[in-house]
Amino acid sequence: MAQNDNVRYLNPPTVEVRKKKYCRFKKAGIKYVDYKDPEFLKKFLNEQGKILPRRITGTSLKFQRKVAQAVKRARSLALLPYVTDLLK
Amino acid sequence: MLKQYETVFIATPVLSDAQMKEAVAKYTGFITSNGGEIVYEEDWGLKQLAYPIQHKTSGFYYLIEFKADPEFVANLEIQYKRDERILRFLTVALDKDAIAYAEHRREMKAAKKNAPEAPVEEPKAEEVEDVTEYDVEPVDSKEE
Repeated sequence: MAQNDNVRYLNPPTVEVRKKKYCRFKKAGIKYVDYKDPEFLKKFLNEQGKILPRRITGTSLKFQRKVAQAVKRARSLALLPYVTDLLK
Repeated sequence: MLKQYETVFIATPVLSDAQMKEAVAKYTGFITSNGGEIVYEEDWGLKQLAYPIQHKTSGFYYLIEFKADPEFVANLEIQYKRDERILRFLTVALDKDAIAYAEHRREMKAAKKNAPEAPVEEPKAEEVEDVTEYDVEPVDSKEE
């Protein structure tokens, strides 16, 4: 088992600083996710129009469900596409 | 007891303005005649659809916020289904947070209407705008 201490790196391994994620709904005090506002919902979709997971957006479970429901309603009303390639 | 609902429907773009008004009048009349009460109406006009519905790429959107008895909503949706001018509809019950949001949205719209030149920032979304964006690209590329 290689001794770690005599392994010298060319430059110190940059440990990626972990930015504390927070739920933007709790912070901004938003209580209702509106399905009629596609611009706001696009923040939670990736380029293909898929809903981003919580580990990326950092939203709490309660609001992730509200966002998912709002996105699905917007999709049914053709305000948001089900699948696309260039959403942003 | 009257619950608060919000319904949005999309009419075919083929309709002329008169036909669109007539369709809207039909539904608002239907709501009021059955003991409902219109709280707010909003016409989004002709908008592009995100995907074609019945081979049409645009449609007239119309929003109606109303108070009605719970069993009335089923009749309303039957009317929608019967009417071939309506491509799609969505009726949503509003809880207290949703009602508060709807009122707030109405005030912002009214404020924006009579003070168009003032740089009015968008109500809810703006507040969240300054949140630092997570660049999602690196993670996505890993999944691909």
